[in-house]
Amino acid sequence: MTTQETLRRTPLYDCHVRAGARIVPFAGWEMPVQYEGIVPEHRAVRTAAGLFDVCHMGELELRGEYSGQVVNYLITGDASKLVDGQALYTCACNERGTVLDDLIVYRCDANRWLIVCNASNLAKMSAVFAKGAEGHCEFEDRSDRTALIAIQGPKAMQILASAGGEAAKLPELGSFHFRDAIVANVRCTVARTGYTGEDGAEIFCALGDVEALWTHLMMLGGPLGLVPAGLGARDTLRLEARLSLYGNEIDETTNPLEAGLGWIVKLEKGDFVGRAALREVQAKGLSRKMVGFEVTGRGIARHGYPLLDLEGKPVGVCTSGSPGPTVGKNIGLGYLPASMSALGTRFQVDCRGKAIEAVVVKTPFYKRAI
Amino acid sequence: MSDVPSGLKYTKDHEWAKADGGSVAIGVTSFAVEQLGDITLINFDAKVGDEVVAGKAFGTIESVKTLSDIFAPVSGKIVKLNAELETKPELVNEDCYGKGWMVVIATTGGEGDLMDAKAYSEFLKTAAH
Repeated sequence: MTTQETLRRTPLYDCHVRAGARIVPFAGWEMPVQYEGIVPEHRAVRTAAGLFDVCHMGELELRGEYSGQVVNYLITGDASKLVDGQALYTCACNERGTVLDDLIVYRCDANRWLIVCNASNLAKMSAVFAKGAEGHCEFEDRSDRTALIAIQGPKAMQILASAGGEAAKLPELGSFHFRDAIVANVRCTVARTGYTGEDGAEIFCALGDVEALWTHLMMLGGPLGLVPAGLGARDTLRLEARLSLYGNEIDETTNPLEAGLGWIVKLEKGDFVGRAALREVQAKGLSRKMVGFEVTGRGIARHGYPLLDLEGKPVGVCTSGSPGPTVGKNIGLGYLPASMSALGTRFQVDCRGKAIEAVVVKTPFYKRAI
Repeated sequence: MSDVPSGLKYTKDHEWAKADGGSVAIGVTSFAVEQLGDITLINFDAKVGDEVVAGKAFGTIESVKTLSDIFAPVSGKIVKLNAELETKPELVNEDCYGKGWMVVIATTGGEGDLMDAKAYSEFLKTAAH
């Protein structure tokens, strides 16, 4: 609880207030949950573009001859396959094979690596990477010096390019690739990554520059439909795209295999923290699996609601759920016994005492057209 | 600024009550609608003929991020229920004092804590956001 704790503000706080944002506490920060409204912001991202303040997230840097090996040992994915300017979505596990955080790892070059982690896990992950680096390479927590914003939507890259100069070539960036570029007179690192299921970029710059960058992008993009978008829309967008949220789908009680993240686990890449435990999980088989579902009855599934079989017996839990503004259905993610995880399996959601029918469906719930 | 029509009574849970003879029509106020955002689901846990008790919840109203109980401002029997809200919950966003009415209750007395428009406007100034 953050009743007496001082909440932090990003450099964009005043921009948000001026834009009419509703500010809420999140992971120790005062963040905009919405401006015009979750649904209009969500729709704007799917049809034009949205601008997100994600300055609260953590940025950790490892440098030196062995930095790549240190990073590779701490994550489940294979960073050794990356080229300079390429990034990877992955997670870090503990020795039990459960998830410490999901991350994006960026290979700046062979001797310089950037890790972006969740705001809620910064202290934890900073300690994990600092310890891993000890005696092998340099470690620096750059979170307090680094600003991060995201521009997401079908028009996002066009808007970025309209800044001209070096920015004009940014649409050439491949997916999950990044480069330095001057955007609106600001030195940035631009990565073609995102958390919404749309095209777009995440842009790093110095704290002192981010307000000017934000304002300039809003000016360029406004006529094309760019709006500021808050954490509320960020959540509905990522849910439709079946992206995990740490604390919901994944935490230190879940392993990435049951969370449907087997694709970011490369057991054969060499040793890493949690590998032995994950090998055991794989050998034994999964007892429960993350599924995507649609609520077919009248109700909205939410985080924490029990999932029941058709006889009403509790068999699982909803990890995330809400109306999906683009798909037009009430959707959710949750854990069910492996035996109930096949597409089309009917079950029920305990919505505050009422059993509402639901069905397992294919994910992602939404996929963008190219 | 929230719209607070005079002539209605209000509860601290942001419902409005409009007396009409022995019946009271109930809905939620524009402050509630602003807090909720786009309303996606309205569930009545009671039907026509059921008794409701002042101060007790008889349904829920849900938006993307939030879920709120709907409380009965007065005690009585439900005589009418706005069935249109089941398929068109957005009527509450569009017209919370008119087309977005929720139930009509034939009162049996218990009035709960009802405020007039002035008192409710004052209350809104101090309401936590």
